[in-house]
Amino acid sequence: MSKKILIAEDSLTMRSLIVSTIAAMGDYETVEAANGFEALRILPREKVDLIITDINMPDINGLELVSFIRNNENYQETPLFIISTEGSERDREKGMALGANAYIVKPFAPDQLQQLIREYLGD
Amino acid sequence: MSDINSSQALKDFISETEEIIESLSLDLIKLADAVDSSDCDPEVLNGIFRGAHSIKGLAGMFGFDDLSEISHSMESLLDGLRLGKVPFCQSLVDTLFSALDVLIQLIDGKSNNENFTIDLSPILTQISQAAEGDVQAEEDPLAALNIDPAILNVLTEYEEHRLLENIRKGRRLNLLRVNFDLATFDQELAEITQQLKQKGEVVSTLPSPGDIGERIAFQILFGSDLTSVDIELLLGRDDLDIHTYGDDAGDGDSGGDVDDVSGQEASDSFVLGGPEAIGDPDSIGKTTAMATTAVESPLPVNLEGTEGGGSLRSISRTVRVDIDKLDLLMNIVGELVLSKSSITDISDRLKGSGETELVTELGKATRILERRLHELQKGVMAVRMVPVGQLFEKMTRIVRRVANEQGKKVDLDIRGADTELDKLIIEDVSDPLMHIIRNAIDHGLETHQERRAAGKPEKGLIQLWSSQKGNHVVIEVHDDGRGIDTDKVRRKALEKGLITSTQVLTEEEVYELLFLPGFSTRDEVSDLSGRGVGMDVVKNNIAALSGMIEVKSVLGQGTSMIITLPITLAIIKALIVQVGETTYAIPINSVLETLMINDDAIQTVEKREVMELRESTVPLLRLEQVFGLPEAVKDAEHSLYVAIVGLAEKRMGFVVDELLGQQDVVIKSLGKALAFVRGVAGAAELGNQKTILVLDVAGLMSEALRGESSF
Repeated sequence: MSKKILIAEDSLTMRSLIVSTIAAMGDYETVEAANGFEALRILPREKVDLIITDINMPDINGLELVSFIRNNENYQETPLFIISTEGSERDREKGMALGANAYIVKPFAPDQLQQLIREYLGD
Repeated sequence: MSDINSSQALKDFISETEEIIESLSLDLIKLADAVDSSDCDPEVLNGIFRGAHSIKGLAGMFGFDDLSEISHSMESLLDGLRLGKVPFCQSLVDTLFSALDVLIQLIDGKSNNENFTIDLSPILTQISQAAEGDVQAEEDPLAALNIDPAILNVLTEYEEHRLLENIRKGRRLNLLRVNFDLATFDQELAEITQQLKQKGEVVSTLPSPGDIGERIAFQILFGSDLTSVDIELLLGRDDLDIHTYGDDAGDGDSGGDVDDVSGQEASDSFVLGGPEAIGDPDSIGKTTAMATTAVESPLPVNLEGTEGGGSLRSISRTVRVDIDKLDLLMNIVGELVLSKSSITDISDRLKGSGETELVTELGKATRILERRLHELQKGVMAVRMVPVGQLFEKMTRIVRRVANEQGKKVDLDIRGADTELDKLIIEDVSDPLMHIIRNAIDHGLETHQERRAAGKPEKGLIQLWSSQKGNHVVIEVHDDGRGIDTDKVRRKALEKGLITSTQVLTEEEVYELLFLPGFSTRDEVSDLSGRGVGMDVVKNNIAALSGMIEVKSVLGQGTSMIITLPITLAIIKALIVQVGETTYAIPINSVLETLMINDDAIQTVEKREVMELRESTVPLLRLEQVFGLPEAVKDAEHSLYVAIVGLAEKRMGFVVDELLGQQDVVIKSLGKALAFVRGVAGAAELGNQKTILVLDVAGLMSEALRGESSF
C-alpha cells in the first residue's frame, strides 16, 4: 500500500502545487485539509505517514497543530514538515522546537520538497 | 515542475489572487474606518496580513518577483503594525491602499501577459517610509505571568503580541478548557469563540494533546475583563474548566493547574472512522474557510466514509469556471435553439402535406424539445449570473479612495447587492459605473464648508442601489450633493456651440447634453473625473450593453444616475420585422406592443412624426430613414405597422412594413470594425441560415429623442 501524506494548507493554489509536486513522485497518496480543523478530523480516520502543514491558517495555526500532533502518542513518530512563507524566524524556531522535522520556505523548490519526502518516507 | 506556469495554473493563480484582493480591500476599508478611534480590530489586521502573506507565497511559486517584492514589503509593514512596532495612522492606511492598487495593476497585467510589470520603486519607498515610524516594542511582561510553556510555545509571534496587548490593556487572561464531541467540535468551538469575541479576544485555540477519541478537548486562551464566573455564565456549559492567570500569578498552584489541563487526559482508543461519527452537514459547511463568491453548499455527509474509512474530499462544493467555457456552452445552446427553429419551420411547412399523423407527432416532439431546450438555456443562464454585490464591493474601494483624495467624507449606502446579472455585463459595466461614482463624489458632492453653509450634514451620501425590473436590472447611483445647474449646463452648451441660443430645451434635454462628446461643466478638468473619459464614453459603453442611462437631479439636493441593463445579452427573444426588402430583429424585452395603422394616423408636429396612442403622443421613427433604405413604392391605402418600444419611462414607435413574428436569436457582436454603425446592437443568425441585424433600441431611442439631425 502506498504511503499517505496529509497536507494542511488553506490556499487552494498552494495546496494543488504541493499535491502535484508529490504526485509527480508517483509513489504517494495525498489527503488534503483546507484548514486545521479538517486536519484534526482526518487524523484519527486515516493512517497518515507524513504531515505537511502551513503556519497561517484561519482556525488553528500550524504550531498548534504541530503541538497537538507531537503530544499525541499515535503520531509522535510521524514525520512532519512545516511549509510557510519566510517571515518570522521565531515561528520557525518554535516550530522546530515543537518537533517539526523540517521547515520549508515558500516559494518552495519542488525538488527540495521531493528530496525531503524521500528522505523521511523512502524505503 | 516545469509546467508550473502552464496557462491553467496561471489562471488558478489569477483567480485566487483576485479573491484575496477582494477580501483585502474590504478589510482595508474596515481598517480605514478604525483610524479615527486608533483602535483597529486585530482580526481585520490579521486578515490583511494573511492576504498579503498568501499573495507573496503564491507569487513566489510563479516566479513573479515584482509581485513577491511588493507583497513582501506590505507584509513586513503589516507585521510591524500587528506587532505594534509601526504606529497606526491615516498615512499608513493610505500607503496600504496605494500598495493594493499596485497589486491590482500587476495581477491585472499578468492575467493578459505574464511578463507584465511596472516600476515599483515609488510604492516601495512609500512603504518603507511608512514602516520607519517604528515605536519601541515594550519589555516582555510575559515572564511574570507564569503561563504554561506548552501554551506559549504554540503562539505565533503575532499571537504573542496580542497576548501582550491584552495584558497591557489590563485584561484578565483566562485559559478555558472545553470538551467537545468530535462530530461537532468545529461548530461548537465556532459558537463559543463567537460568544467570547463579544466580550474580549481569543488569543489562541489549542487542541489538547492526547488521543482523539470520540471527544476532543481544546484550550482557549482568552483575554477579557470578565471573571471566570462571568465566563461560565456567558457560555452556560457544564464541561467548562477555567483558569485565570494574573491575580494568582505567583501561586505555585496555578502552574500545576495548567499542567493538569495540558496533560494527557484521554485514554480513549481510536474508535472513530464510521460515518456515524461524522458531523451533521451544517457543522461541516461552517468549517469551510475558503473565501468563495460562488454558490456553496455542504456535502451530504453520508456519501463519504462508506468504504474503508473513505477519503475526505474537499468540503466546499464550489467550482470555479472560466467565463470562456460558459460562453462556449451558451453558444452551443444558442446553436441548438437555432436548430430547433429550423425543425419548427420544417414542421410548419409539412402541415397540409398529407402526412397528418407524422406531422402531429413531429409537432409534439418539437414542443418537448423546445421545453427541454428552454430548461437547458435557463440552467446555463443561471450559472452565468452573479450578484451585483461583487461589482459593488469594487465600488466601495473607489468611493473610499476618491473621497480620500478629495478630502471629502462620504457615507456609502448599498442596497440590492444580491440582484443577479450576467457576469459579462457586470464586467463591462464596471468601468462606466466607476466613472459615474467618481463624478458623483468629485463634481456632485460639495466640500465640507459648502455643505455646512447649505445646512447639510458634513458627510456626503452616495447611494448605490440595484433592483430587478422584469428582464432588466436597474442600477442607481444617487448623491445628496449640489445637483445639476441646468442654466449653467445650457450656457456651457451654448458656448461650445452644441445648441443655438433660440433652442428651447426641456430639463431632460438639458441633462442629455451632459452626454455629448467633449462636454464638461468645469473649466478645468479635474484629475479625478477627467481621466480622458467623458460621460459620452460612459453612455456609449452602457449602450453597447443594450442599456440606457438617465439623469434626474434637483438643484441643491442631489443627482441620480439610473442605469437600466438587460439581465443577459446571450440569447434573446426578438420581434422580426421587415422594412422594404430588409429584415431586422428588435429585442422583445423592449417591445411594449405592436399596432397596425394607416398612413393618415401619422401626424407631423414640429417636423417630427408622431402618432396618438391612448391619449398620449408617441414619437415615431421610420427605420428606412434611419438606415437610408430606398423607400418602397406604396399605394395610398397602404397600412403600416408600428412597434411601440419602451425603455425606462420613455416610449417610441418604430414604423415598419411587416411584422414577421417572434424568434429566439443569439446576438453576435459586429466586432470593433463595425462598432461605429449606429442603431445596431449586433447581428443574429436565424434558423434558416439567414443573418439579420439586431436593433439597438436604447441607442436609437436616445438619439432620436434628442432630435439628432441624422435621423
